[in-house]
Amino acid sequence: MKIGTPKEVFGGENRVAMTPDSAKQLQKLGYECAIESGAGAGAGFSDATYEAAGVEVVKTAAALWKASDIVAKVRQPDATELKRLTKDKTLISFFNPAGNEDGMDAAKAKGANVIAMEMVPRISRAQKMDALSSMANIAGYRSVIEAGNNFGRFFTGQITAAGKVPPAKVLVVGAGVAGLAAIGTSTSLGAITLAFDVRPEVAEQVESMGAEFVYLDFEEEQADGAATGGYAAVSSPEFREAQLAKFRELAPDVDIVITTALIPNREAPELWTEDMVAAMKPGSVIVDLAAEKGGNCKLTVMDEKIVTENGVTIIGYTDFPSRMAAQSSTLYATNIRHMMTDLTPEKDGQINHDMEDDVIRGATVTFEGDITFPPPPPKVAAIAAKPKEVVPELTAEEKRAAEVAAFKAQTKQQVMLLGGGGALILLLGLVAPASFMQHFIVFALACFVGFQVIWGVAHSLHTPLMAVTNAISSIIILGALMQIGSGSFLVILLAALSVFMAGINIFGGFLVTRRMLAMFQKS
Amino acid sequence: MEYGFTTAAYVVAAVLFILSLGGLNNQESAKRAVWYGISGMALAVFATLIGPGAGLWWLSIPLIAGGGFIGYQLASKVEMTQMPELVAGMHALVGLAAVFVGLNAHFEIGNAADAVAAGPDAVKELGTFGKLIAKKSGVEISILLVELSLGVWIGAVTFTGSLIAYGKLSGKVSSNAEKLPGGHMLNAGAAGLSLLCLIWYLNTGGFLPLLILTIAALFIGYHLIMGIGGADMPVVVSMLNSYSGWAAAAIGFSLGNDLLIVVGALVGSSGAILSYIMCKAMNRSFVSVILGGFGGTTGPAMEVEGEQIAIEADGVASALEDADSVVIIPGYGMAVAQAQQNVAELTRRLRAKGKTVRFAIHPVAGRLPGHMNVLLAEAKVPYDIVLEMDEINDDFPDTDVAIVIGSNDIVNPAAQEDPNSPIAGMPVLECWKAKQVFVSKRGQGTGYSGIENPLFFKENTRMFYGDAKASLDKLLGMIE
Repeated sequence: MKIGTPKEVFGGENRVAMTPDSAKQLQKLGYECAIESGAGAGAGFSDATYEAAGVEVVKTAAALWKASDIVAKVRQPDATELKRLTKDKTLISFFNPAGNEDGMDAAKAKGANVIAMEMVPRISRAQKMDALSSMANIAGYRSVIEAGNNFGRFFTGQITAAGKVPPAKVLVVGAGVAGLAAIGTSTSLGAITLAFDVRPEVAEQVESMGAEFVYLDFEEEQADGAATGGYAAVSSPEFREAQLAKFRELAPDVDIVITTALIPNREAPELWTEDMVAAMKPGSVIVDLAAEKGGNCKLTVMDEKIVTENGVTIIGYTDFPSRMAAQSSTLYATNIRHMMTDLTPEKDGQINHDMEDDVIRGATVTFEGDITFPPPPPKVAAIAAKPKEVVPELTAEEKRAAEVAAFKAQTKQQVMLLGGGGALILLLGLVAPASFMQHFIVFALACFVGFQVIWGVAHSLHTPLMAVTNAISSIIILGALMQIGSGSFLVILLAALSVFMAGINIFGGFLVTRRMLAMFQKS
Repeated sequence: MEYGFTTAAYVVAAVLFILSLGGLNNQESAKRAVWYGISGMALAVFATLIGPGAGLWWLSIPLIAGGGFIGYQLASKVEMTQMPELVAGMHALVGLAAVFVGLNAHFEIGNAADAVAAGPDAVKELGTFGKLIAKKSGVEISILLVELSLGVWIGAVTFTGSLIAYGKLSGKVSSNAEKLPGGHMLNAGAAGLSLLCLIWYLNTGGFLPLLILTIAALFIGYHLIMGIGGADMPVVVSMLNSYSGWAAAAIGFSLGNDLLIVVGALVGSSGAILSYIMCKAMNRSFVSVILGGFGGTTGPAMEVEGEQIAIEADGVASALEDADSVVIIPGYGMAVAQAQQNVAELTRRLRAKGKTVRFAIHPVAGRLPGHMNVLLAEAKVPYDIVLEMDEINDDFPDTDVAIVIGSNDIVNPAAQEDPNSPIAGMPVLECWKAKQVFVSKRGQGTGYSGIENPLFFKENTRMFYGDAKASLDKLLGMIE
């Protein structure tokens, strides 16, 4: 089968869905590749490089659409392009299915299969074809570069012979893929970076990128990101108030604000209000990555850069990936290539459109004359780490019952032990003389104390414990000392030897214990 | 009056000893606790010297000083890796001292009996201990005989047992479990013989049965410990520790000395608890350890699939560079290779890079309870990053790299996965749950228990072959 990529018709779009490198990989899957003449020019790939990679260069779009079984492109197809679809053709592209019913109807009418790249489910296996993430990554990076371009100072703080330069303070709102990329870029340029997200579980990721997470003084059960496919959900009015109050507090301090807050299939939430813009210092920059969906700041003008009265630059470009067409084309083409790999399990150049596969099913919006959007939830759920399963709380009665039962069992065991032990001692007391029993009391109590004391000893100190017990077990020296005064030579000799050996033990044991204990140091 | 003072001193000493053991519940108070022990001992010896042990100071004081000098030399020179041998060797001394003191008690009984027969004047000539005996009635004397033979018996077992343990730990005796033909029947026979001798001794009071009893006990100590393999030494050493305590207590009974009884009981119970903890850590009953070797399997062992994949130092180094959290699991192999300094240096360098490095210690790692802790402390690894099994086992899934250095059975997943494994049910460190596991190991052989370790075949495990010390040296060269 033949994969073709037309030149993007959308104005100002520089990206291309196939690169010479990806074409080589596609050919390995058994496909022939074709490209419309000049399609790669905006991204810096000339027709000659495509030809060198074995790609057929087709003069016109019409001819390319006609010749290709699979069309891979970047932007959502326009009406003309949709007309060129036929039955048995497969289109792989961004499609915006939620806001493009006409497009889906048109594709359905034509009987073509459409795979929408933004619908690739967010599961680990599908990450390699997650074009939204790869584009968001670029947008995040570029947003910082764009901000730097419009910001009159260094990012990093310096102390130079010509004076002190304070570091720039960057606030990133929304720590999704774009936000994290922005954080990474900003911190590596040396700015002090703050970041906020409504999902508190991303705080760790934010901190791992070197930014400081802005916590709110707000107690509410947050919707778990994993439940909504890793995206943010709508937050409560109280939460929003707390959030805006925090931003208001930060506004006079920050130099650059990058907002990336998007909620799937909704208008972007307003997070940076006009009074915050007014509170910012002249020369500050706002980059609104949500401009396409109305912007996180209402002053944002889509696709334009404006300067407010108080000298704050607001950038509302929506084509950040296109501004880095070489990079974004490479990544997007790779995403497409991975999608093709999954569609071609046999590597025979034939598409196997497996609707049982979670990823392919999720991304397919029309299939054999049917609209298959929205997809059912994927079988494999969860991206973000789930909080640990909470053991179901026992009710108060159950707890009490369990405690009582445990207590009874313990009591029974102890009573039996005590009874048995007591009886044995009483039996012993019947035959043994009183002088023995006196010592025996001491012995029993000492054993008891020993058991109580030793259980408390730290595991890490077991070796010192052995050394010290060894040293004090040489208390046997007392016996030898008592006997050494005897008249018999043999007794004196044995006692003397015992004293000598116990002496070795006492000194050796205690010293070695001390040596060991001295080594235990806290960090 | 003198005796009242002595008893008072004994009470104080006993309290000091209890505090000294109780203080070992954490590292800081332990440093103080050892001084309690030292003062207790000094007080007890001093009180005895001026009280019931008065006489022949010219002999006893130089002997204590001489013994002390040797003890000092030993304690200052010993390497921390040789700790197990030293402890075992010192148990032997206590055991032998107990035997001697017990035998002395026997001779004194004879002397006292002669003196009583000769009249009150002769009784006055006796030493303090002799006078004590001279007052005793017939039943009391029989009890005394039981007590002293018990003391001698336990002392003798401790003596030879500790000598063999010392030999095994220092490599002078093969650490394999070896038994004479007849195996445990010989031990049982010797124990039976001891019992017969005890009865004989009680009836006649002669020296011969006591001698035979001593020899039988010496044999039991020797043969019992010979039959126990190297990796069970933590249990053996703590068991002998316990015995040395019970021996002291038994002697305490025969001498009527309460301090000996108290201290003996303390030490005895301490050793018993340690043995119990060690056995529990290996999921084996005390009896099965004493009987030696691992018990038979109940079925064919699970097939181990996969292959052992080797890795070189550069691979380990780059994985460590990428890791945020590292857990090191040291074992006896680290002690053998004397690699603790290198491990500590590795820890320092990784910590300097801001990585979380922790140690996971299995209760039976090494040849002595707490052996690994002491080695790491010697190499100046801060003790607050050295954790017990229960503290760290839940953290392995969040760990990037686990490094196993010279341990085997304590990280064997078969204990959990294979119900037929000889070590099934033994608590183990679940290091295979870490994202990546490196095993530093000399070769492909199995551990002490002789069981194949499926950990080495896991997908996320890489084998870092070579002597632990040499391997770490190579690794250190790559981590700056």
